[in-house]
Order: sequence, then structure tokens, then C-alpha cells
Amino acid sequence: MYSVIANNLKKQYGKKKDVVTALKGISFEVEQGELFGIIGPDGAGKTSLFRILTTLLLPDGGTASVDGLDVVKDFKAIRQRVGYMPGRFSLYQDLTIEENLDFFATIFNTTVKENYDLIKDIYSQIEPFKDRRAGKLSGGMKQKLALSCALIHKPSVLFLDEPTTGVDAVSRKEFWEMLRSLKKQGITILVSTPYMDEASLCDRVALIQNGEILSVNSPEGVINSFRQPLVAVKDSNMLQLLNDLQNFEGVQNAYPFGEYHHVVLKDGYSANTVSDFLQQHNYHQPDVKTIRADIEDCFIALMKVSGEL
Amino acid sequence: MKQFLSFVKKEFHHIGRDKRTLFILLGMPIMQILIFGFALTNEVKNSQIAIFDQSNDLATQTLRSELDASRYFDIAQDLHSYQEIEGAFKKGKIKLAVIFPENFANHLNHFNTAQVQLIADASDPNVANTLTNYATAIIMDYQDRITNNRQLPYTIKTEMRMLYNPQLKGAYSFVPGVMAMVLMLVCTLMTAITIVREKELGTMEIMLVSPMQPFKIVVAKAVPYLLLSVVNITSILLLSVFVLDVPINGSLLLLIFESILYTLTCLAFGLFISTKTDSQQTAMFIALTGMFLPTIMLSGFMFPIENMPLPLRIISNIVPAKWFYYIVKEVMIKGLGIAAVWKETLVLTGMLLFLLVLSIRSFKIRLA
Repeated sequence: MYSVIANNLKKQYGKKKDVVTALKGISFEVEQGELFGIIGPDGAGKTSLFRILTTLLLPDGGTASVDGLDVVKDFKAIRQRVGYMPGRFSLYQDLTIEENLDFFATIFNTTVKENYDLIKDIYSQIEPFKDRRAGKLSGGMKQKLALSCALIHKPSVLFLDEPTTGVDAVSRKEFWEMLRSLKKQGITILVSTPYMDEASLCDRVALIQNGEILSVNSPEGVINSFRQPLVAVKDSNMLQLLNDLQNFEGVQNAYPFGEYHHVVLKDGYSANTVSDFLQQHNYHQPDVKTIRADIEDCFIALMKVSGEL
Repeated sequence: MKQFLSFVKKEFHHIGRDKRTLFILLGMPIMQILIFGFALTNEVKNSQIAIFDQSNDLATQTLRSELDASRYFDIAQDLHSYQEIEGAFKKGKIKLAVIFPENFANHLNHFNTAQVQLIADASDPNVANTLTNYATAIIMDYQDRITNNRQLPYTIKTEMRMLYNPQLKGAYSFVPGVMAMVLMLVCTLMTAITIVREKELGTMEIMLVSPMQPFKIVVAKAVPYLLLSVVNITSILLLSVFVLDVPINGSLLLLIFESILYTLTCLAFGLFISTKTDSQQTAMFIALTGMFLPTIMLSGFMFPIENMPLPLRIISNIVPAKWFYYIVKEVMIKGLGIAAVWKETLVLTGMLLFLLVLSIRSFKIRLA
């Protein structure tokens, strides 16, 4: 049985003249106990999708269910059993860590004691500061507290909307480790993120852009579906290099990628042909190497296909 | 129930930890009562007057010292010609000039009639009126005394008695007014902000995705402010009895019951505002214009409703403060019981139920 099903979900904001379409018919399924990532840039529609699934918004079209319950009709039942962590830190800043946790436990008709096992790994890290007010915590600690509060009632599905945005690299890594261990408890986790590098930590990912899903696949599946040859190129004058590359007939797409330019080649071209081309254009020692695509390359390629770039 | 109590506890934490706001909430009624009691008053005391005595005889001297002795007047200046009168008013020092013509005592004794002229500064008509009344009363007193042993052919004597407030103290009317105003401010304004604040901070988003029922959230929000208001009611009553000497003539229990009823109505209105708005600023603005101004202007506390044009009189009926102000005056000052105010009580109860149902029904169970 699928834990979360979205079927052709649509959402629009605004009236008549300036309508903004946030979701243009999104469909996917999440299996029970899966760690499902929704990856996309800001404004792609991630938060709207999460709010529909957590019954906070009504879809303008399509249907969705969580745990077999309809998000429109059975919203009360869904609210009993899901955990939700909004993108913005949304706990009570003037309550202490302990008070926040106690409060949310009571609101969900449970106690901290009852489900302590579930949050132990996470909560024990911030427990030494339990008398500190939530507003005075660091970003990483806030996020741990928010996760503890979202978990305290042992939800069957956990919705995490951009949990790692604005959190330092170490805390991000820790956070994903926590998610992996939660997955072992059998909780279905939906997590959205704008960071491509986090995609590889999910079981499956949906790449989303402008309210449309570009692809739903496992991280390996996404990468394997990238069939074009890909090379990374570096030289002293990067700007000129990019312009020249874009004029090369064998290039399908070239874009800056960290200290290199990534160049997607048409079939039949390779690193050598690029090297030759560059030497003809007075580049003495261009650094050209064939690389394996990562999620970001796939995402850029998918966006190119769907006409966004 | 545990959910509910936990929510109430949380609200108390919010209020208790915001020390500055708490201080204002509890300090405001005390400040207002003291300010209204000692600084802002429409009683006229120690007004400066001038006397132009052209007669300077026994009678005018007696009158002069009686005017001076009264607590309403201080003689600031003696005038010596008609020309000086206008000058004295223009300087703005005096509010009233008393002019005795020549041969005042002579006329009084021989023709049985004498004239005295009172000239008042009517740039503030109410004060001018009051002052001339006071002066007339003092002069009439004197006349009564000298005619006491003589039989006059026709006289109508007015015997006045000021019921419920024999000393005509302003405090008798502003204590109920301040109660209406303070409770309204604390309850409507503060509760209007409270739900909206959760929306602004995003905590409402989490609260909605929880089993907590909307009506529990709404009611739990109101409880701490109700208790805060009871503290305020107590401090206002204590101050008015022990500092301002305004007695509680009626039943204290009834007075407290009515105050709580009014408090609840204000709370319900505040909650209604906050379910309808999305930012603390809007909520505050609506609470102030929608509740505070009408309370001051249309409750009868500052301006008598009877004198207003019909549309305003009709509108004043939907201002809860109007009914509460009336009730407090009847119960606290006149000492009447529930029999005298049951209609007003019913109106307030109706308003309370209407607003409560409205705010629970308009509580959004979703974000949009």
C-alpha cells in the first residue's frame, strides 16, 4: 500500500488577472517506510504541495491521500497521524525546549515519556539546554527541536519542508543521518530541499520545477538516465571558455559548475574532440575530463528538455 | 481537557514572559484611575475671578469675602474701572468678573432690590455656565440670610438634592467609564493580537496540523486574559473605593458578575478580529478604531448619548461599553439590583454569544 498518493494535484493562487499557478498537475506515490525527496529550486511548488498533503490547503484540482485518507474529506484523521515541520521555524520562541516538547506532546494526546525512544537520538543532543528558550537556540538546535516536536506523537508519515535550508553543512549531514535512522522505525518521510546534493541521500526523489514533476526515480536511476557524454572543462579564462564552448557544434549544453564548466555533448563526441576543438582555438593546456553526471546535471538536462532553460 | 489546559498554560507563559506588556496591562488601569481621579476632571475649582466694587459697603464686602471663601473662587484682582474688565479677560487670567454698582447696600435696603453683574469668559461655555451658577448660588444664599426674618409676599424656593452623588464628584461617572475602557483595551486589543501572532510566527501552521479543535484554541486563548481582567477589575474597584471615595452601593457580586460578562464580550470581539485578520498591525488597528473609539465616544462616558443625532444614538446600541457603563452606574453608584439591569445584561449576553459563535465559525481550519 502506498503511504502518500498524489494524483494530478493542481493549485493556483490569486484571482482572475494575476493568477499564479503553483502546481500544474502533480502525480506521484510514496511507499510505506520510504524516504522520499522532493527536489526543486525556490518557487517550484514544494511548499504548496506539502501544505496540500498536510491538509493546510485545498487543492484546486486532483486528489491526494495520506495513509489511505483523503486530504480534503478526512483532514481531521490525517491531522491526528502526520508529523509536519514547516519550512520556517515555527515553535514558540518564548517557551523553553522542554516546554515546547511537552506542549506538543500534550496537544497530540501523548506524553514525552511514551515516545521518548523515538526522539531519544535527536533530543538527547539538545536536552542539556532544555531550559533555554527556543528563540535563543542556534539554527541546528532549532531544527532538532522542531524535528523532535514533529515526531513526538509517533506519526506514520513525516512531512519535512526544507528542513536543511539555512543550516550549516555539519548540521545538515547530521540531520540526514537522523532521517535515515528514523526510516528504520518504519516512518514514511517526505522531505523537500533545494539542495541537489541531498538527493542522493533519499530512497527516491521527485525533481520538481515550476509546478511540474520532471522525473520520479531513485537517485541512481536519475543519474543512469543521463546518457549523454559529459565532460568538465577548466582553463584560465573561464568566461571566454564558456562562450567558445557554446559555439562548438558538438555541445548540447554548457554551464558553469563550481570551478569547472560542465559540457553535455551530443552523441559521437567525447573529451578528446572537445580538447581538439579548444586547442584549435588557442587554448594551450585546457583541462578536459570525462565525468559521471550527478543529480544536478540531470536536473539541468531535464529542465532543458522541458523547455525551462 | 489536558490538551486545553496545556494550551492555557502556554498562553500564560506567553503573557508572563513578556514583562513589559504585562506591566502595561496591569499598570494601565491603575494609571488611568489615578489620572482621571486627580488630573483630568471637569469639576471647577479655584477659578480666578476679579471684582469691580463701586459701592464698597457692608453688603458688597460680605459678598466679596463669601465668594473668596468658597472653594470655587479665588479673587485674583480688584478692578477700578469698566475699561479694566476687558483687559483682565484678555490677559486670560480671570474667568469671571463680579461687578457691584454704586450704592449697592443702599438700594438693597431702601428699594429692596439691588443688581450685581456677572461677566464670564464663555470661550468654554460649560465652565462659564458652571461659574455663573456657583456665583449666583452664593449671592442667593446671602439674600436668603438677610431676608430670613422678613415675610416676603410670593416666593418659590427651590430645594435641590443631588441623589447618589451629593457632592457632584466627577469620579462617580468616570470610574464606570474607565472600567469600560480598560477592560475593553485589555481584552479586545490583546486577544485580537494573540491569534494573529500565531499566524505571523507560523505556529498556527503546526497547530492546525494537530488534533486540537478550533474552538479549544479560541477559548484557551481567552482564558488568561479573563483572569488578567479580574485582577484589573479588582484593582479598579479597590482604588475607587479607597482612594477616590466612590462607594460600591450595590451588590459587589453582581458588579463583578457584570464585569466578567462584559470582559467576555470584549474577548469574543477580540478573538473575532483575530480570526479575520492576517497581521498584528491590522488586528490592532481594527481593534482600536472598531472598539476603542466607539467606547470613548458612544458609551455615554464622555459625551451624553441623549444629545446625539438619531443615527449615532442607534449606532451606540451596538457598542458593548454603552450597556456596561449603564449597568455599572446603576449597580455601583445607585445601588440597584439585577431587577434594574436585567435588560442590559441580556443585551450583553446576546452580544457575547453572537460574537463567540461568529469567531469560532470564522476560525480558519486551513491556511487559505
